[in-house]
Amino acid sequence: MQNAKIAEIENEQLRTGVPDFRVGDTVRVHYKIVEGDKDRIQVFQGVVLKRHRAGARSTFTVRKVSFSVGVERQFLLHSPRIDKVEIVSRGVVRRARLFYLRDLQGKAARVRDQKDT
Amino acid sequence: MNTKPGIIGKKLGMTQLYKEDGTVQRVTVVDVSSLQVVGKRTKEKDGYTAVVFGLTDAKEKHLAKAQQGAFKKANVTPKRVVRELRCEEDFAAKFEIGAAVNLADIFQPGQIVDTQGVTRGRGFTGVVRRWGFAGFVQTHGTHEYRRHGGSIGTNMTPGRTLPNLKMPGQYGNETVSILNLKIARVDAEKNLLMVEGGIPGPRNAIVSVRHGVKGRERKKR
Repeated sequence: MQNAKIAEIENEQLRTGVPDFRVGDTVRVHYKIVEGDKDRIQVFQGVVLKRHRAGARSTFTVRKVSFSVGVERQFLLHSPRIDKVEIVSRGVVRRARLFYLRDLQGKAARVRDQKDT
Repeated sequence: MNTKPGIIGKKLGMTQLYKEDGTVQRVTVVDVSSLQVVGKRTKEKDGYTAVVFGLTDAKEKHLAKAQQGAFKKANVTPKRVVRELRCEEDFAAKFEIGAAVNLADIFQPGQIVDTQGVTRGRGFTGVVRRWGFAGFVQTHGTHEYRRHGGSIGTNMTPGRTLPNLKMPGQYGNETVSILNLKIARVDAEKNLLMVEGGIPGPRNAIVSVRHGVKGRERKKR
């Protein structure tokens, strides 16, 4: 169990307004990149493979296929570097971790959209 | 001997902090909320200078008569943990006996500190766990020799086992110092000290944090 005083420190760092996206959803992550003294925002769009729910230390993993190379990125959910997270579409999946997508290609590597069901 | 100013505290555990630019600091949280100065050692009387810190209130019935007497004489609430920290005279002069410790007076964020704690005791441990030996293949006829260390020396020359060879034995439960850690945050209100990096010991262990002996502010890149 976590110490109450540590929980308090972590709760202060939680950000509000994070949409409730789930595993299988397609999201657009707007991520701040610092180049020298300039900021710019890069967008990473893909399927959420995994959500690690652990208070301020929560992370999520997004996978996309870029030029036929699979790219996965892990983001800290409460990091100030994340500008915002948009939900592009909701997916329907039957497990909590979608690691099986790594072994699939093309049409097979899709997640069923909630709108189609 | 380390005579730098410092405190003892209870390690609460670890967490992470986001800095404004988004980088993450992994910190150990040290609680000093019950810390009180319960005594002093002086050059004239004891031959050395030290501050005696007490941590965590104790019930009087749990203490020996001698300890009860000592607390009564100093007129402070009895404490479960009592530790001396050697220090310079001017640091000792800052505290009255019975005074609580204000962290902000001692530490600044970004400061280099040395920490000390007692590691988790693992008892008598074999070489695979204690020294990371690989052991032997589990199959191909290995017989009662799977997690052994192998040879410990040669035959006639020198005819003995060399000192300091890695062998099984007590692992853990030793005092370990980690030098040159950095203070990430000082929360004087809640009496919490956050040190970047890990401090040896399990949760709720007693650790000490003192100003660094070597620490010089690292140059900014």
